[in-house]
Amino acid sequence: MTDAYALFLLRDYLPIVIFIGVALAIGLALMVAPFLIAVRNPDPEKVSAYECGFNAFDDARMKFDVRFYLVSILFIIFDLEVAFLFPWAVAFKDIGVFGFWSMIVFLAVLTVGFVYEWKKGALEWD
Amino acid sequence: MALTAGFFYLFATLAVFSAVMVIVAKNPVHAVLFLILTFFNAAGLFILLGAEFLAMLLIIVYVGAVSVLFLFVVMMLDVDFAELRAGFIKNAPLGLMVGGILVIELIMVLGFQVLKPGIAAQASVPIVPGASNTAALGRVLYTKYVYFFQGAGLILLVAMIGAIVLTLRHKEGVKRQSIAAQNARTPATAMSVVKVPSGGSMIPDAKPARVPEPVE
Repeated sequence: MTDAYALFLLRDYLPIVIFIGVALAIGLALMVAPFLIAVRNPDPEKVSAYECGFNAFDDARMKFDVRFYLVSILFIIFDLEVAFLFPWAVAFKDIGVFGFWSMIVFLAVLTVGFVYEWKKGALEWD
Repeated sequence: MALTAGFFYLFATLAVFSAVMVIVAKNPVHAVLFLILTFFNAAGLFILLGAEFLAMLLIIVYVGAVSVLFLFVVMMLDVDFAELRAGFIKNAPLGLMVGGILVIELIMVLGFQVLKPGIAAQASVPIVPGASNTAALGRVLYTKYVYFFQGAGLILLVAMIGAIVLTLRHKEGVKRQSIAAQNARTPATAMSVVKVPSGGSMIPDAKPARVPEPVE
């Protein structure tokens, strides 16, 4: 990588670096400040889990419904579909009519899946 | 350039550290969070290489979606982690074998780099000057590599249908809202005047002992 390219890169990504730096500083300040200035006077009742007045019935780590998994997988698939749209939109003027219809066919294939999903009721909870 | 090198070492050190923490962390949820940190650092390394689109894809797809899937899987499994740790010795040979293969591959890559300097640079496509990474990808992906692109679409379709077929189970007897049926209701179909006999009572929706006659 040439120095000129590195400089170009640095100029583009400097705001993000500054943003991450500020976010780190604020996050660390909020995490460290309680250790330094908060009153710490622990008590078994104060530090135990509170569940609306009664003792916790069981472990909070319970099995999740498999339907969350289905929603998540469907989300990933449409996320990838959108990710394919970005280079297409950026290079739209260079790829011509063929590139346009290539993307329309891709979208049509995934729309078939979407219609199947809708008709099967995969978007309904029960 | 010193600044680029500095960022490379920052990202590389954090990536290796968080990758080790993924294995070492006792709580699997913490392991997934360290995995997300590894993804972020890998994205930083991609940006330093000039592969901006891959970096953004890593953050959108892996950090945004795949890690959520991992969290769901970790929370869904409900495995006994003490029992898993007891099986460490049993699974160690397999893990060592996979790790060994990876180490041999890394040694081969580095060895070729030492024996024939510049061979890795030949394998990689140079960055097109005057074009961003995303535009360079877009120029070839939808025209020159159209079959691979459509193949990716078909694979996504298969994944979608497969996920639905494997996991979708509808409960029997669930009352769903039907908006069309609701909107089609008129006062004539929804209401009726009933005469309650003196001393009797009307319980809506429950079967009354004496069914009153609707008034014509």
